[in-house]
Amino acid sequence: MGKTTAEKIFDAHLVNEPFPGTKVLRLDAVLCHEITTPIAIDDLIRRGKDRVFDPTKIKAVIDHVTPSKDTKTATQAKILRDWARRHDIKDFFDVGANGVCHALFPERGFIRPGYTVIMGDSHTCTHGAFGAFAAGIGTTDLEVGILKGVCAFRQPKTIKFNVTGTLPAGVYAKDVILHIIGKIGVNGATDKVMEFHGPVVDAMSMESRMTLCNMAIEAGGTSGICQPDMTTVDYLWPFIQEEFTDTCAALADYSQWRADADAEYDQVIEIDVTTLEPTITFGYKPDQVKTISEIAGARLDQVYIGSCTNGRLEDIRIAAQILKGRKLAPHVRGILSPATPAIFKDASKEGLIEIFMEAGFCVTNPTCGACLGMSNGVLADGEVCASTTNRNFMGRMGKGGMVHLMSPATAAASAIEGVIADPRKYL
Amino acid sequence: MKTFGGPILFLDRSDINTDEIIPAKYLTEITKEDLKPYILEDLKLPGFEPKGVKTVQARVIVSRANFGCGSSREHAPWVFEVNGITAVIAASFARIFRQNMFNCGMAAIELPPADLELIFSHSGDDDAAMTIDIEAQTLTVSAAGKQKTISFDISPFDRALVMAGGWVDYADQKY
Repeated sequence: MGKTTAEKIFDAHLVNEPFPGTKVLRLDAVLCHEITTPIAIDDLIRRGKDRVFDPTKIKAVIDHVTPSKDTKTATQAKILRDWARRHDIKDFFDVGANGVCHALFPERGFIRPGYTVIMGDSHTCTHGAFGAFAAGIGTTDLEVGILKGVCAFRQPKTIKFNVTGTLPAGVYAKDVILHIIGKIGVNGATDKVMEFHGPVVDAMSMESRMTLCNMAIEAGGTSGICQPDMTTVDYLWPFIQEEFTDTCAALADYSQWRADADAEYDQVIEIDVTTLEPTITFGYKPDQVKTISEIAGARLDQVYIGSCTNGRLEDIRIAAQILKGRKLAPHVRGILSPATPAIFKDASKEGLIEIFMEAGFCVTNPTCGACLGMSNGVLADGEVCASTTNRNFMGRMGKGGMVHLMSPATAAASAIEGVIADPRKYL
Repeated sequence: MKTFGGPILFLDRSDINTDEIIPAKYLTEITKEDLKPYILEDLKLPGFEPKGVKTVQARVIVSRANFGCGSSREHAPWVFEVNGITAVIAASFARIFRQNMFNCGMAAIELPPADLELIFSHSGDDDAAMTIDIEAQTLTVSAAGKQKTISFDISPFDRALVMAGGWVDYADQKY
């Protein structure tokens, strides 16, 4: 019997099985940010156990509210900063070097195929794009991860998504994942891994694969996982070239984590994207989706392009291509937050930032801020935002506000028209 | 070990999410106790008041499918804990929320539809309450002068976490 990618990773990292069905795994990466980590740090201090299992496997960033907006957020940042210094955590990213965790950490080459990754953040599933098992966990799991380098999981079942056909122009990874969530529902993958296969995924960049895996949690999934291939190797090459003689050797090694052809799946779901349209959420749950033809014309107050879902260079390029030489609709506010300083710099070099500014966008520093209504673009009661983020819960971007999730292309077209608009006419 | 049981707060809707349980803007609080006033602040349900007497008195929440979906924030179990609510009964849970409850030494118990309906049939009774025996894996609902005992199933690992008082203490002993 063959194995899924998650099964291979579980077997390779198993510490023990304290009870049937519960597996304690050794961790390769414990990622931390300033919202969920400080209480773990405080608790460790209170218990007299202010230690870390391995400072080289712990990565930390201040990203949710940065630069700090008030005393409370400054205190959270300080707790994380002081802790990172105290324990010699070299991969700590402070103001100036910081960006949205799920964009920054992969960009630094921290995530490799076959890794086990946890973070006190539900969108940790993003990192499965590299063929890793990456799961969001709470502060207590994080605390134990920091202290002991282990985490307990139920052995997850895996749903295989075979994505076939040809992506039409103006339709992207974001539309694919919104379509999938719409199909299986917000708890369609609870306690399960979503393993993405098929020629459409094979042809995707790492950025697009991260977009796909990022929203696995919105269907309840434990981790999204893509199959490591030459695209993965090429992305990681600057970080792994000392380890392997050439990219083929790296590919041969990473291929051990690919699911076996005879792996057993809980479910196999076929997704043909050939006729897929730009897809947008309309309610307060990520599985409430409509095609552009069903929702075009819906009113907006703000357009937000950024986040761990769609704040990468590829996303900014796509949006800029549509915005070039055009202006924001008069009554709409536009906000761009490149997800990391490197993305910001590259977008600037390519002249993309200028396109956004000429169009009338405000360009903010990399931060999670507006996505969860904490800073840099919070909505007022009754306001509506077209957003490239991942969660449309009621009040998510500000009490009484509403969010329509969509691709960067749809967000850019919507910014120009001031209502939800079809990006395909601008391509 | 924490005690489990007392007056029930019925939240009759599926997919109650972590933003409804504790909005993100309060995640800047550094202590669990500071979260206390904000419990379920953004939850809109007919007849439900976040600061109402039923919320204040509640020790157990009974709800529907996919309870606690969304964020990984452990602030959701914590805001329950500091308000005296140490158990949630539902048709199903989001994985991270469920594990966070047990990791804190609290209980997230899934019940089959018939048992859940029986409990919901008392949602109009002001005195609806519940006692939960984690070791025996039974819960007893009392309402309108009647009592009914229901058995439930939680994983041996989750039961061990409750008995140990949470994952940190358990892991510290074992790993």
